[in-house]
Amino acid sequence: MTFSLTDIGAVLPEILVAVYACAILLIEPFLPKERQDVLAYFGFAALGLAFWATLRILWADLPVMNGMFILDPFANFFKLILYVASAMTILLSMEYLKREGIDRGEYYAFILLATCGMMILVSGADLITIFLGLELMSISFYILAGFKRFEEKSLEAAAKYFILGSFSSGILVFGISLLYGLSGTTNLQALAAHLHGAELQNPAWILAMILLVVGFGFKIAAVPFHMWAPDVYEGAPTPVTAFLSVGSKAASFAVFLRVFIEALGGIQADWRFLLIFLSVVTIVLGNVVALVQTNIKRMLAYSSIAHAGYALIGLIVGDALGVFSLMVYMLIYAFMTVGAFGVVMLLRRAGIEGDEIRDFAGLARKDKLTAFAMLIFMFSLAGIPPTAGFVAKFYIFMAAVNAHLTWLVVLGVVFTAVSAYFYLRVVMVMYMKEPDEAVQLAAAPGVVMVLVVAAAVVLLLGIYPSPFLDYAQQAVLRLH
Amino acid sequence: MNENMGHILTVLIFLPMAGAIVLAFFQGNDAGVRRIALGLSVAAFLFSLPLLWNFDASTPEMQFVERVPWIPSFHIEYAVGVDGISLLFVLLTTLLSPICILASWTSVTARVKEFMIAILVMEAAMIGVFVSLDFVLFYVFWEAMLIPMYLIIGVWGGPNRIYAAIKFFLYTLAGSLLLLVAILVLYFSGERTFDILHLMNQPYPAAVQFWVFWAFFFAFAIKVPMFPFHTWLPDAHVEAPTAGSVILASVLLKMGGYGFLRFCLPMAPQASRSFNEFILVLSVIAILYGAYMALAQTDLKKLIAYSSVSHMGFVTLGIFVFNAQGIEGALLQMVNHGITTGALFLLVGMIYDRTHSRLIADYGGIARPMPRYGAMLGIFALSSLGLPGMNSFVGEFLVLLGVFMTHAGLAVAATLGVILAAVYLLWMVQRILFGPVTKSDNARLTDLGTREMAILAPLVVLVFAIGFYPDPLLSLMHASVAHLLAQVNAAAPLQFSEVWIRP
Repeated sequence: MTFSLTDIGAVLPEILVAVYACAILLIEPFLPKERQDVLAYFGFAALGLAFWATLRILWADLPVMNGMFILDPFANFFKLILYVASAMTILLSMEYLKREGIDRGEYYAFILLATCGMMILVSGADLITIFLGLELMSISFYILAGFKRFEEKSLEAAAKYFILGSFSSGILVFGISLLYGLSGTTNLQALAAHLHGAELQNPAWILAMILLVVGFGFKIAAVPFHMWAPDVYEGAPTPVTAFLSVGSKAASFAVFLRVFIEALGGIQADWRFLLIFLSVVTIVLGNVVALVQTNIKRMLAYSSIAHAGYALIGLIVGDALGVFSLMVYMLIYAFMTVGAFGVVMLLRRAGIEGDEIRDFAGLARKDKLTAFAMLIFMFSLAGIPPTAGFVAKFYIFMAAVNAHLTWLVVLGVVFTAVSAYFYLRVVMVMYMKEPDEAVQLAAAPGVVMVLVVAAAVVLLLGIYPSPFLDYAQQAVLRLH
Repeated sequence: MNENMGHILTVLIFLPMAGAIVLAFFQGNDAGVRRIALGLSVAAFLFSLPLLWNFDASTPEMQFVERVPWIPSFHIEYAVGVDGISLLFVLLTTLLSPICILASWTSVTARVKEFMIAILVMEAAMIGVFVSLDFVLFYVFWEAMLIPMYLIIGVWGGPNRIYAAIKFFLYTLAGSLLLLVAILVLYFSGERTFDILHLMNQPYPAAVQFWVFWAFFFAFAIKVPMFPFHTWLPDAHVEAPTAGSVILASVLLKMGGYGFLRFCLPMAPQASRSFNEFILVLSVIAILYGAYMALAQTDLKKLIAYSSVSHMGFVTLGIFVFNAQGIEGALLQMVNHGITTGALFLLVGMIYDRTHSRLIADYGGIARPMPRYGAMLGIFALSSLGLPGMNSFVGEFLVLLGVFMTHAGLAVAATLGVILAAVYLLWMVQRILFGPVTKSDNARLTDLGTREMAILAPLVVLVFAIGFYPDPLLSLMHASVAHLLAQVNAAAPLQFSEVWIRP
């Protein structure tokens, strides 16, 4: 293997993020306890520099590191989403960590390492690289989920996530090893080249494909591999939950797309049926179970499961329009979900987080701005125009109709109507119930900033999405 | 063609919108909020009047058209315009919005600023629905309307408001989402465009028409609402504040009829012809069932809500007979229903503000302490039951005429509904206004004030103006309706063998 200077330039964003993460770990012991939040600015610096480094190579389209790693506009599109999601997470965390008494510098290091893992994931052109990124991301998240180590719920979340996560990684590796055994390569392009004619007759390909679906299905929390999500979402520190449901989902979808469309495109007819099944049960179960949740974090967990079901439609369609619709979905989903979790963080009941839906009672009287932001996020998650959530669903459905999957669209819209009920319930509680005096709002300028930015973006993307759509269209995954 | 009118429709949409944004940052007291909201909605009404004078009634073409690319990569445009079908609805909306704001002047005292913002956003979205020439733009306005209406019912409504608001939202959303599927199917069935004019003028395969027709049917039948999709309406009407009921009855229900005329007939003409008798029968059931239910009501708002179901039955009846009398009658009936039922809800609101009761049993002999109120209720009740010389008579007569030409039996059945309307309305008037004052508290009621008379005055004028001389309004529609009919009647009914073969 040889490395050249172009290779360094291509992975500069990843290097920057990783170096800053290490720097945070080195500096952390020398900072007094009350000054740990300085490290958050290291995080911003890392993400800012990575953003800049990515912009420089935004339209580059070449494999590097001997084909292990790919630099293309598709990966860069997702990386930009990841930087923004990661920065918003850090902004959400700063006051939160202090309040919860878990303000330790390594938190920011793990956020950066998870980000780095996701970046490697979206740029992976080889199953080994992809596995590397996946594990870097997952291990960081195992730790982050248990970061409130005094709290049982948080520990339970971490343990559950770790056990189930390791198991799913094992299945994924099994799938990868099967593919390697069948083709003698782990490179995505080389795999694609193998999938012609006679190769298709070997049922082991199907088995490997199924194992990969299970592995990735776990990461995107698709039913029936979603069991971990509600508990982890509820137990993990809320900013971590937000990052988990946005960053990890976006990165996993990106790699899911790349592997299935680029490497396994030859057996699309086989995986398509499986994914349609997955998408249907995910949409149905996610939305129906969300109806009966009383905890807002669990409700958002099931909502995020349901959204994965809709996004899967983009992958099932698999043509340029389908991929485009999935990219737009992930972009929009990131902002509305981070925003919704941000509002959850502001509520305090008896000194701890007020994460029951009834804690939102009368929020519109107590804090108009926060309530209005939550109203925007809820209508957006339900997909009502003029919010961005509508644009996201619109293109997913458009792609599906174009691919003659109209029945799937009808199912999707029926369950969108179902989902409106539980999103609306939050609005109803905020606007139509009497305030509960026991619930107070935390003073958190960082969170408010995230809320304002996220709400503004959700409205902007709903009313004038054109520039974003154009960018996404140009960045659509190109087959190599 | 009307080049000199500039951006009148855009101004109409964005003036209330801008008003809502201004109000959001306005820091003054409630009185200031009310004045700003009223001023803006009156300004929007005044801006809308030139539409009437500059409208060229001799052509079915869209007028005052504006087109700006919105999402060019998918050929989605910001495109607006009006023709003889949509013009009157735009005017109805701009006329009723200031009336709604005035009607809420004293009855809404909590969170006035938010209420006025909701009404103004609502006005902008409603105008947007009627003028959109791009299907995506239309859909955005159509759905966006649900948000302020949900809040108006849910926040400022009666005791059972939360149930009513959610029911309203979910019912209409379910229908609308099927409309979205239809829009996407149409996009891919012909030329890739969301331009409504383009979509109206191209033929679709039988199977596409079949499915699109049913999607349209559910979306618009829920909105109208047609029997058996009407169950959200009595709940929503009863719980909504007065302004909410007026907007619902006068404008929102019209969107169902408008949708049938604008989309269902031109885009699925063959399917519309195949299933028209099904819809005609449902309409007659709605007319009779609504009237029958109205007879049994003890709550004033519920009575008027069921009378709406009955009256809107005439609208769908007129639309699906496919002749000029029927469709023009249906259009006029929609305008009339907007005026008359709106006024009846206003009157219920006025008496409710005084006594906080909507039960018919709580009244009796009200005409004595409140003679002006008695006169007004009498006028609008008579208008609603279709007394000749008043507005509703013209619309219902035209519809019945149109139906008689093709389906005499149904026309006879529908006429029964007119008789029943006379029964429940006159009975209501009798129980409320006449006889001795049954409750001593009611003897001290104050009569309608200047503000209240000012709200009702324009509506009274319209009741008689349309009743005696409907021709100016009808002549606005002639060209557009004739064009629409030519298109529908040229289509042959669907052959079912064509439908079941996949396109």
